Amino acid sequence: MNSVILEGVTKTYNEGKVHAVDNVSLQVKSGELFGLIGPDGAGKTSIFRILTTLLLADKGTASVQGLDVVKDYRKIRDKIGYMPGKFSLYQDLTVKENLTFFATLFGTTIAENYEVIKDIYDQIKPFNDRRAGKLSGGMKQKLALCCALIHKPEVLFLDEPTTGVDVVSRREFWDILNRLKAQGITIMVSTPYMDEAILCERIALIQEGSIMQVDTPDQIIQSYPVRLYAAKADDIYKLVQDFRTLDTVDSCYAFGEYLHLTMKADKPGDEAALLQFAQAHGHKGLEVKAIEPGIEDTFIRLMNRKTQTDG
Amino acid sequence: MKQLLVFIRKEFYHVFRDRRTLLIMFGLPVAQILLFGYALTSEVKNAHIIISDQSRDANTTRIINKIKSSVYFITEEKTLAGEEIDAAFRKGVVRCVVIFPPQFGEDLQHKGKANVQIVADGADPNTAKTIINYLTAILGDYQQSLAVGANAPPGIVPQLRMLYNPEGNGSLNFIPGVIALIFMIVCSTLTSVSIVREKELGTMEILLVSPFNPIMVLISKAIPFLVLSLVNFTFILVLSVGFLDIAIKGSMLLLFGESTLFIITCLSVGLLISNIANSQQAAMLLSMMGMMLPTLLLTGFLYPLDNMPYVLQLLSNVVPARWYYLIVKAVMLKGLGFSYVWKETLVLVGMTTALLSLALLKFKTRLS
Amino acid sequence: MAEQVIICKELTKRFGDFLAVDKISFEVSRGEIFGFLGANGAGKTTAMRILCGLSYPTSGTATVAGFDVYKQQESIKRNIGYMSQKFSLYENLTILENIEFYGGVYGLSRKTIRERSDELITQLGLQQESRKLVGELPLGWKQKLAFSVAIFHRPQIVFLDEPTGGVDPVTRRQFWDMIYAAAAAGITVFVTTHYMDEAEYCNRVTIMVDGRIEALDAPQALKARFQANNMEEVFYQLARGAKRSSD
Repeated sequence: MNSVILEGVTKTYNEGKVHAVDNVSLQVKSGELFGLIGPDGAGKTSIFRILTTLLLADKGTASVQGLDVVKDYRKIRDKIGYMPGKFSLYQDLTVKENLTFFATLFGTTIAENYEVIKDIYDQIKPFNDRRAGKLSGGMKQKLALCCALIHKPEVLFLDEPTTGVDVVSRREFWDILNRLKAQGITIMVSTPYMDEAILCERIALIQEGSIMQVDTPDQIIQSYPVRLYAAKADDIYKLVQDFRTLDTVDSCYAFGEYLHLTMKADKPGDEAALLQFAQAHGHKGLEVKAIEPGIEDTFIRLMNRKTQTDG
Repeated sequence: MKQLLVFIRKEFYHVFRDRRTLLIMFGLPVAQILLFGYALTSEVKNAHIIISDQSRDANTTRIINKIKSSVYFITEEKTLAGEEIDAAFRKGVVRCVVIFPPQFGEDLQHKGKANVQIVADGADPNTAKTIINYLTAILGDYQQSLAVGANAPPGIVPQLRMLYNPEGNGSLNFIPGVIALIFMIVCSTLTSVSIVREKELGTMEILLVSPFNPIMVLISKAIPFLVLSLVNFTFILVLSVGFLDIAIKGSMLLLFGESTLFIITCLSVGLLISNIANSQQAAMLLSMMGMMLPTLLLTGFLYPLDNMPYVLQLLSNVVPARWYYLIVKAVMLKGLGFSYVWKETLVLVGMTTALLSLALLKFKTRLS
Repeated sequence: MAEQVIICKELTKRFGDFLAVDKISFEVSRGEIFGFLGANGAGKTTAMRILCGLSYPTSGTATVAGFDVYKQQESIKRNIGYMSQKFSLYENLTILENIEFYGGVYGLSRKTIRERSDELITQLGLQQESRKLVGELPLGWKQKLAFSVAIFHRPQIVFLDEPTGGVDPVTRRQFWDMIYAAAAAGITVFVTTHYMDEAEYCNRVTIMVDGRIEALDAPQALKARFQANNMEEVFYQLARGAKRSSD
């Protein structure tokens, strides 16, 4: 069964000039941890707002738990939990006050749904009487999640919960999401960090309002159509420049300590050819190898293809 | 119902934990009362005047004595020529110069009519006007005493008396104005800012997504400010009675009832502003420019409406504070009952209904 | 040994009882890309503000571009460029107007401004857009333009505070190409980021934890020392034990 369905949804701003969401169709299965992966301005927030009934789409239909986002918006509001992107709680209220407020707002109490938030709440409980404004980034995020979960929602929408949060807190947050998923809550989460894609069950890669690919992270990686090489040398910046002059190279970009390369046409012996070319340009400390692509490689490839076809 | 109570409690937390809000809420009335009550009154006391008596006869001596005995003036007798008058005013101490010409006494005796020259400092027209009025009254008084002595036929003698403010207490007119101003600031500005802040924080999205009725969000925002404004109102009344010696003449119940009505008007304006504005600064600016200035200028408590161009007088009719000002003046200072202010009340009720309906209609249950 | 353009010795900043920066010492050479990492609240921003001449340290010494952070803040400001994710450009000015404005702020002559802005616009391929409002540009372009403006007055050092937050992966790489080009031209780049793959692009990286520098080395050396596959692992191992963190 599908928990969230979007069909041909389009949303424009400024009298149709800006296409925030462009003919998007998606299904999120019940109980799934679904990731919407894309940079700022890709349309993630607009999609979330349409699904949480805060925004009306120009075209297309959408439903959450079988309820139409336009007609049944009141009923949907009972069933969903939502953490907006720049959500920052009431800074001048304490942890407890914030939580009590949101619990009451949703017609429940902390005690009633304690088991849903227990895991997360236990970590911030020692700071019950501290004002939210004085909490650390990671803790604020946990408190915000508690507030979004307090009414035991069936579907949870998290808009960029890990943006601006350091690696340690991000990892903890994803652990929490996996435990929530185990409780049977459908979770739709967005992130600009490609490395987080792998932590979702299924993902949609989104850019400039349209979905480029939807699948499991594994499938997306396997569908990478060409071979990917990694290369490095002592002067990596020069290496990028040199490889870009090579006719047979399709794309070449920095990726961590390596460069990632694809060829216009894969053929045996590419590795050796690349190595030879680099050596001929006087590079030292060379290494060239074939590697498994990641989500980010796919994203870059899809993006480049899109700009090519668009332009 | 429980949701509403929790929501209202939250709003009180916000108010009591924010020093700025508290300062505006309770510091402002004190500052305004002091400012308007003491510094800005149009009342004239101890005005420095120079009397130049060139006639020097029994009549002028008697008139001058009368002027000297008045509490309003500090008098100085000095013979001044043309440029000297100018120089005296330039120094800025002298408010008015009274000149009795040499033939004054003679003219009065023989023709029964004499000229006296009163020169006032028009830089402050309100004060000048008041001083001239006082002096004219004194002169008229003297003329009457002469007429009585001469056994002239008793005509209709106008008796001037300052009604409702016999001591010439200038702060009286300001108090209702200050009250209106403070309600405007507290209710319109603070309410709109507090709603817009939720938009900025992103909590408005959560509130809208919650099953809590969006209209209730507005109501919960409005109620704390209504309560606080009534507290504030009491506070201002206490200050007025305690510090400015103003007696409240009318019915307290009526006063509070009318004030509640006006507070709701202001709240509706605040809600309306919060619909339009997307940042706290915008809300602040809108309420300041849109509401504070008209309240200050077109209510009639700082500048008399009668003296204004016709267009502005017409415009003043749509300023809610103007009507509230009339009501408070009537009830608080004149002790009049509801039967005297029902028209103004009706206007306010009409305005409030319109504003509130507009605010509620305009309130978005979605983001766009 | 290359010339040192930033020299910090036991630099400390205290806010009341709180040691925001705790005796940090490091040196950055000319033309180096220096990564400044740390968990939220580790003291990165505070340290960076001192080095930019925006706040005084409590104790310790530091020179930036040869100028003292206590006495020569104005000279420091003239010799550095700054760009952050939040601070970008004026959205309601055109690209050219933005460039002219910043050029003017740094006291460049009209002629220099015109020459350099022509060059810059050609480089970025923005000839068609130069009279468009910055607000109409996509985020990635804005960030690239903001970087170009930050180095428009040819500063010795440019400070970049999370310059690529939320930017798409392709533009992010184009951004780093620009950083490399700037470094090759002799501009020292001091950069903070939340993307750990970007840490690998730096010549050397420091990782701050609780106000102190816990590690400072080339990414390669750090990975070897912590037996990690990537910088994220290194960061995680170091920052996991952090006691404090805030925004």
